[in-house]
Amino acid sequence: MSKSVIRLPRRAPDPAPPPTSPLPDAPTLSEVFATVATDGAAPGFVLAQVPRGAAPVLWVQDRLSLRETGRPYLAGLAPPPTLLCLTVNRAVDVLWAMEQGLACGDLAGVVGEVWGDPPALDFTATKRLAMRAETHGIPAWMLRRAGTAHLSAARARWRIASLPSTPDAYDAHAPGAARWRAELFRARHRAPGVWTAGLDAEGHGLHFAPQEDAAQAPVRAGATG
Amino acid sequence: MQADETDAVTAPQDVARRQETRARPDLSRRIAWLHLPHFAMERWQRHLHRMGEARPEDLPQALATEGQHGRVIHAVNRAAGQAGVVVGARAADMRALCPTLQLDYADIGGDRVALDRLVLWARRWCPWTAAGAVSAAGAGIVMDTTGSAHLWGDEAGLLREVEGRLSGLGLSAELAIAPTTGAAWALARFGAVRETCAGGDLAARIAPLPVRALRLDPATLTLLRRLGLSTVGDLAAVPRLSLARRFARADLAANPLLRLDQMTGHLAEPVSAPDDPPRFAVQALLSEPVQDPVPHIPDLCAALAQDLAAPGYGARRVILTIYRSDGEVSAVEAATSQPTRDPRHLARLFDGRLDRLDPGFGFDLITLAAPAAEKMTTVQARLDGRPDAGPDLARLVDLLSARFGADRLRRPTLRESHVPERREVWAPAMAGDPRPPEPARTQRPIRLFDPAQEVRVLYAVPEGPPALFVWNRVTHRVVRFAGPERIAPEWWSDRPGTRLRDYYRVEDEAGRRLWLYRDGLIGDGRGDAPRWFVHGVFG
Repeated sequence: MSKSVIRLPRRAPDPAPPPTSPLPDAPTLSEVFATVATDGAAPGFVLAQVPRGAAPVLWVQDRLSLRETGRPYLAGLAPPPTLLCLTVNRAVDVLWAMEQGLACGDLAGVVGEVWGDPPALDFTATKRLAMRAETHGIPAWMLRRAGTAHLSAARARWRIASLPSTPDAYDAHAPGAARWRAELFRARHRAPGVWTAGLDAEGHGLHFAPQEDAAQAPVRAGATG
Repeated sequence: MQADETDAVTAPQDVARRQETRARPDLSRRIAWLHLPHFAMERWQRHLHRMGEARPEDLPQALATEGQHGRVIHAVNRAAGQAGVVVGARAADMRALCPTLQLDYADIGGDRVALDRLVLWARRWCPWTAAGAVSAAGAGIVMDTTGSAHLWGDEAGLLREVEGRLSGLGLSAELAIAPTTGAAWALARFGAVRETCAGGDLAARIAPLPVRALRLDPATLTLLRRLGLSTVGDLAAVPRLSLARRFARADLAANPLLRLDQMTGHLAEPVSAPDDPPRFAVQALLSEPVQDPVPHIPDLCAALAQDLAAPGYGARRVILTIYRSDGEVSAVEAATSQPTRDPRHLARLFDGRLDRLDPGFGFDLITLAAPAAEKMTTVQARLDGRPDAGPDLARLVDLLSARFGADRLRRPTLRESHVPERREVWAPAMAGDPRPPEPARTQRPIRLFDPAQEVRVLYAVPEGPPALFVWNRVTHRVVRFAGPERIAPEWWSDRPGTRLRDYYRVEDEAGRRLWLYRDGLIGDGRGDAPRWFVHGVFG
């Protein structure tokens, strides 16, 4: 009789593979630095994460960001998100508008663009934004240009730069799909790292591939908040 | 054509029965009729004057409406009338008669709204004021001035005052006061200038008036003319029984007997004046001047919200006016995207906006008014008790618009156009979603510069984009490009001479992808050598 007893394997099945996406899994405040101010990589990285749907996304720009880097262009985004664009004069107003937006339950996300290093954008301001975003469950992104990574309470801090695009299958002289060097230099939910990011097959999500030179990636110890 | 909206409708079957028991009519009321014969034309001329496009008086002008067989003249000015242009004729015929005639479209709905506003303005003389019909024969206002004429001396004084005020607005008027609405209507048109008719003289005064003074439709007037009845006195002399038998089934505008009864006061025709629109304003009268008005705002908002809640209204625009003790007045205005009477939301609209006010020696009076209010019904959108989605977003839009201005908060939407900057239009923040157009065939940038930024070409090649150019003080070397994509100007909206554009997607050696275009072609005869611009940035 004992022969007929099926022996179960003693080892537990393999745990789920670690998630390949280094994006935070809960809505929170992320800070995205553009390595070059006029580069489209950082806004492209944010726009790939912005929720598409009927609920609008509040997009706040200060005057310098609008003048130097243009405004988000709906025709280049497929499917187009519902945007609510606000242009303000000062960085203080960007922070105030973002805070009001994060308290509104009908928004799908909040994006703020700040130029330079305004004194109003300090640890307290970012902490307020991060806590509001987490309390109300609304993702928020802070796009920083021409700024330095001072102390901040953002839960994930990225530095995004363009990489040469993938070759086009039909035209060797044409630029192909976008690729970005995405460096997560400070995060609460995981270890920092460097990835090669790009849009996925549908064209509005992100996929990450580990970069070869990730070990030699310059991690600025002093700059992590 | 001369039907009136304020008429009471009486069953014509009662007329014959009533003839036996005719009581003495009550002729104690004093009804004034303000006939504005050139209301549409004068309003149009005032509009032109305000727009700075006033035309000379001797130029024949007319307003027209769409009739069944082309345009029909609706109103004329004096010069056109002298040239022979008549109201009701076809516009093409009148053009042939008077080749210099300036024709514009009449705005009948706008006339109606303007007359309703004028009625509210006319309540300065007496509260029982109502609007008559607006037609090609002019507009009218009826007022029950019983007991209020003595405030201007006598009735003649009242009429002089009314005529003076109306001419101050640029409106010519014909006025009369009589014991009944029908008589006032008739005497304003066919009586003497500013005629007042006492109750005892009524029968004698209306007898010589033509039957046109009875507010009848044209078919009935034709019938009366064929019957040989040309004046009201002729009609009154006809035995009532035969008239009642002839017009038993006719309605009011076609029934001479009912109209005659209205004129003589045998059939009551009271003035039904609409209610005043509600006004919402609260004030805080302070015993001593204060330097900071902010602590008073929550109480004012709560009081205003209570006022709004009682008749079921919500505020769309609120104005906070602050009176300084030395006489200076300053106002702060805020608007809402949906009617609201939430006191906390109203108070938040003024957050941080009173800091720039100069207090001087202090404020002693604060008023909060809602000049624009709408009916607000309480609706339940969901059955499960959770809050529905709308109001939070509307509040956010109000807050951001109040702080930064409504023109700063906008919502981009797509529409059909190949020109990149016209493909996106700005809609107000709370506008609905239109149908999205077809997506573009080729790749479009994620950021757009408006206007496009010019680049300095360092090394041009005959075909394709420049190999080396300077943009934003940075030199870019093009390693890969795709294009051109030629976008021609839209001839139906662009100025003549607008150049076509050749767009290129280029990538420099650092991997940055830009959307470059060349404005025009060499030798297209539309200006100098074409220049290059950056119009967008790809992700």
